[in-house]
Amino acid sequence: MRIRAEGLGWSARGRAIVEGITLEVASGETLGLIGPNGSGKSTLLKLFAGIAARARGSVSLDGTTLSGMSRRDIARRIAFVEQQAQTAEALSVRDAVELGRTPWLSPLAPFGAEDAAICQEALARVGMEAMANRSWTTLSGGERQRVHIARALAQRPQVMLLDEPTNHLDIHHQLSLLRLVSELPVTVVIALHDLNQALGCDRLAVMEGGRLAALGPPREVLTPERLARIFRVGARVLTDPADGATQFRFHCLEDQP
Amino acid sequence: MIRPATPVALIAHVALRGMAGVAVLLAAVLTGVILGETPLPWATVWAALANNLWGAGLPVDPIDQGIIWSYRVPRTLVAAGCGAGLALAGVVLQALVRNALADPYLLGVSAGASTGAVAVTIMGVGAGAIGISGGAFLGAALAFGLVAALARAAGGGPAHMVLAGIAGSQLFNALTSFFIAKSANAEQARGIMFWLLGNLSGVRWPDVTLALPVAVLGFFACLWHARALDAFSFGSDAASSLGIAVRRVQIVLIGAVTLMTATMVSLVGSIGFVGLVIPHAARFLVGPRHGRLIPAAALAGAVFLIAADVVSRMLIPGQVVPIGVVTALVGAPGFALILVRGRVRG
Repeated sequence: MRIRAEGLGWSARGRAIVEGITLEVASGETLGLIGPNGSGKSTLLKLFAGIAARARGSVSLDGTTLSGMSRRDIARRIAFVEQQAQTAEALSVRDAVELGRTPWLSPLAPFGAEDAAICQEALARVGMEAMANRSWTTLSGGERQRVHIARALAQRPQVMLLDEPTNHLDIHHQLSLLRLVSELPVTVVIALHDLNQALGCDRLAVMEGGRLAALGPPREVLTPERLARIFRVGARVLTDPADGATQFRFHCLEDQP
Repeated sequence: MIRPATPVALIAHVALRGMAGVAVLLAAVLTGVILGETPLPWATVWAALANNLWGAGLPVDPIDQGIIWSYRVPRTLVAAGCGAGLALAGVVLQALVRNALADPYLLGVSAGASTGAVAVTIMGVGAGAIGISGGAFLGAALAFGLVAALARAAGGGPAHMVLAGIAGSQLFNALTSFFIAKSANAEQARGIMFWLLGNLSGVRWPDVTLALPVAVLGFFACLWHARALDAFSFGSDAASSLGIAVRRVQIVLIGAVTLMTATMVSLVGSIGFVGLVIPHAARFLVGPRHGRLIPAAALAGAVFLIAADVVSRMLIPGQVVPIGVVTALVGAPGFALILVRGRVRG
């Protein structure tokens, strides 16, 4: 499913947090959203999800604007994994994943065997099926993150919006999460902090001060000049002799080697 | 959790649970009718009920008949309706505000309803056009609106809502006292203070026809939104991205809470702790999912308030203790328990 943003903007207390974002993500594409702290990545994802109040501009899915769709119809198409969504309720892991079926259910169409199978599969994909009966409050940060991903998968969306999903994860789970996301046959917009991980995306959108500073394939976008200007780091490209893949090695701008 | 596999099994499962709930409720109502200041034998109670329900024509002393049918039955039914309504209000507010301490009492809704009811009763506000329940509803809605606006202005977090609620409660309680001091004579003031502490003594049949429909309506409104309430577990943004029309659900459910609280306060005064403690007790029994929590809390609230009413009638022989005193005597330790558990979990 194709998702398009047209002139997106959002202000808090008169200050523009995000301004004038126009971009399109093709069906099945993975767009990485990068930028320094406070550059508007999380707000932009909320705008994409259509859940920010008083938003400017419009978002459309395959040509239909979100403002013309019901919340339920949007939630059947877009799943959003927020950063650090917490609960004080004594929910189990399975309860939390089953929330993902909400847009597909109604009082007259209750949770059934098919929904249970979808949730079970989602739990398995993030490797949490053995912990299905654990209480949310006993989970580590990384486990909670994986449950949120499973909840989003249980929504069976065509577009997934992920806000720094690799936060709190150990390296093994970071890599398996990124592989899982890249294997999903859905359109993905993912905010990332690790620029080496961002290299795995189809395209990158670089945010700076709430505006789109660059958009394109990772190696074209992540030039040493741009990294120095926006991220305030120096970078050298290293090549892995085993497979020829490239990685950045970062250093402080003050310590020029 | 074990789930019925087929729709037929699901309906059978829900019907069985529903009938069990109704049976418990009827048993509680019957107990509430049998127990009281005047001990009456089983047979008399049964005969009085049979005479009134299906004209059995059994011989019963007319005074006993009056005590049972005109006094104890409506009182017990209103207690059940109020208990269920207040417990449901607590469940909904705790889910929407995402704070374990939210309830109609703490968020100022009860205080607003009291102010509205007092304004109508002794100051004649509305010139007889809106009635006590209407005044209570307007007061409750105004209080909740003010509290919500203050919480929003303060930053909108779950903690702000409770802090704003405390401010709102204080304001509306002060207004109530002011109205009483300004307009009521000594006898009125005494009557109103007694009513404010919660009192079912004056309850008669017309009150039943208000309390029960409101409780039943509120129950089904909450149950219809059970899944939406679940979706609020991770906050309103998460609920929105799960397909919940957040604004609409909030308006409908807050409307239901305001209606239930206002009705119950206008009938029996402001009874604390039911809305706070019963939802937690029910969560402890059936878990946090609202599909089970809402029926469980409604049932537990009804049974609890019937029991509290019986205790309030029998605690001191020849004297009725305000029911709010009884619920607070049980509720305050319950509240302490929630605080301690919250600390352990947090």
